[in-house]
Amino acid sequence: MGNSALNEAVKSVALTGNEAVANAMRQVHPDVVAAYPITPQTEIVQIFSTFVADGLVQTEFVPVESEHSAMSATVGASAAGARAMTATSANGLALMWEVLYIAAGLRLPIVMPVVNRALSAPINIHCDHSDTMGARDSGWIQLYSENAQEAYDNVIQAVRIAEHPEVNLPVMVMMDGFIISHGMENVYPLADEEVRKFVGERKPHYTLLDADNPITVGPLDLQDFYFEHRRQQAEAMFNADKVVKEVADEFAKLSGRQYDFFEAYQLDDAEMAIVVIGSTAGTAKYVVNELRAKGVKAGLLKIRMFRPFPAARLREALTNVPAVAVMDRADSLAACGGPLFGDLRAALYSAGKRPLMNNYIYGLGGRDVTLDHIRTVYQDLEEMLRTGEVKREINYLGVRE
Amino acid sequence: MVKETKVTREIMAGDQPQKRGGANWRDLPAGAVIAGGANSAAFETGDWRTLKPVHLPERCIHCLLCWVFCPDMAVIVEDGRVVGFDYKHCKGCGICAKECPSKVNAIDMVPEGAEDADRSTVSEYRGKEKSR
Ligand code: SF4
Ligand code: SF4
Repeated sequence: MGNSALNEAVKSVALTGNEAVANAMRQVHPDVVAAYPITPQTEIVQIFSTFVADGLVQTEFVPVESEHSAMSATVGASAAGARAMTATSANGLALMWEVLYIAAGLRLPIVMPVVNRALSAPINIHCDHSDTMGARDSGWIQLYSENAQEAYDNVIQAVRIAEHPEVNLPVMVMMDGFIISHGMENVYPLADEEVRKFVGERKPHYTLLDADNPITVGPLDLQDFYFEHRRQQAEAMFNADKVVKEVADEFAKLSGRQYDFFEAYQLDDAEMAIVVIGSTAGTAKYVVNELRAKGVKAGLLKIRMFRPFPAARLREALTNVPAVAVMDRADSLAACGGPLFGDLRAALYSAGKRPLMNNYIYGLGGRDVTLDHIRTVYQDLEEMLRTGEVKREINYLGVRE
Repeated sequence: MVKETKVTREIMAGDQPQKRGGANWRDLPAGAVIAGGANSAAFETGDWRTLKPVHLPERCIHCLLCWVFCPDMAVIVEDGRVVGFDYKHCKGCGICAKECPSKVNAIDMVPEGAEDADRSTVSEYRGKEKSR
């Protein structure tokens, strides 16, 4: 199937994550895509531009000169009423920085696949989550994917979430660089018409192109009203919780694949659990199965939605698990653990029962995460359970000691 | 006047950003969009002023240079003659007084609120500032 379009609903097709996402974009059929290539995202843009050149989509494709321009052009198109998308990775995302906040502040429902990659320096093109974790407070909804199928499904759902009138926020859809973006897997795509029908038409409340109803976008907003507009943004994030669920349920009816804010794997009776984001969940599930076969009550929780952070639901899911290891594929360099660790500990602070918790920074710059690495985490958890003590709170997993 | 449109009617009912204590966060248009075109007149910049232009009709030759140069369209002209200033929008920048031909000096800039007590020119006023 490769770079060509999927024309009919096929049962399963071997696709890389980038191919799956480019095809999701083709099926969504945005009005405008403005993008700049950066490894490992390049293929998404390249494949999508092939779809444009082949006339498979009528999308206005804007090959810009930088990611700052990519996001700026996407913002302009979205404010004009278009359904606009872009895609990026790592330093490209970093270059978009100020415009990320503008997209969210202007309440533009842009959807952007981000292929996670380490930030320089030292320069590195492989996977970790430091790029998007850095953008966690930019006001974008963040959906992370474990595999190509989830990335494909998340892109399609993201359009509906972003454009929901109670949300109107941009959405990033993440997949792990190379591991997912370039790894080939069986993916079950939907038919073109099914996706088109599911995403429908964008119905913006106001647009720059409506000459009968002129508007000003991006005016100066000082002490008087800036705060009120930020409060609105916060409310949209609260509303996203409900909308993400609704969209997931509707998507389940269409695809048979049910999504949630997170996936609880063997968690109900678990005595110890790993909390993880992205492709490592697959590796960790294998170890959970292994441990379960030996009668060890191991479980796993995989975060899909990191922003907004489903704190109350996570509290409920984890309060009865006695020992929890939080895995961060990004170091906040705050000397107090990774970003997921910080948020999760804060979420559990008000729980009646709090698990013993520790943190593993792992996989930075694409460092492999092996079954053995995960096994040692569960061994640490067993020791934590036995002793009732957290020996070391912040751990660096798989680094040369 | 703000042109009334579908969006202004729907959304702007409670939105008066130019007035303190206007709409709360629930009523404001999302993303700080301002609905309705040609609405800069609704933003009254007159309260920025610290110095105020005062027109001296007896000295004015109605050359309209002040009208041409005023960045806020705050010089009021009727039948080709300057009749005064729109103080709701005049920011008090003093460009009009500066551009008024020096032979006539038909615009005084006076401290806001002091125009009745002291009709001194800009230079005289500045002179006084220094000598204080
Ligand atoms: S002081 Fe400035 S704003 Fe006021 S009338 Fe003169 S030129 Fe216009
Ligand atoms: S520039 Fe001076 S003289 Fe000319 S119209 Fe204005 S006030 Fe009168």
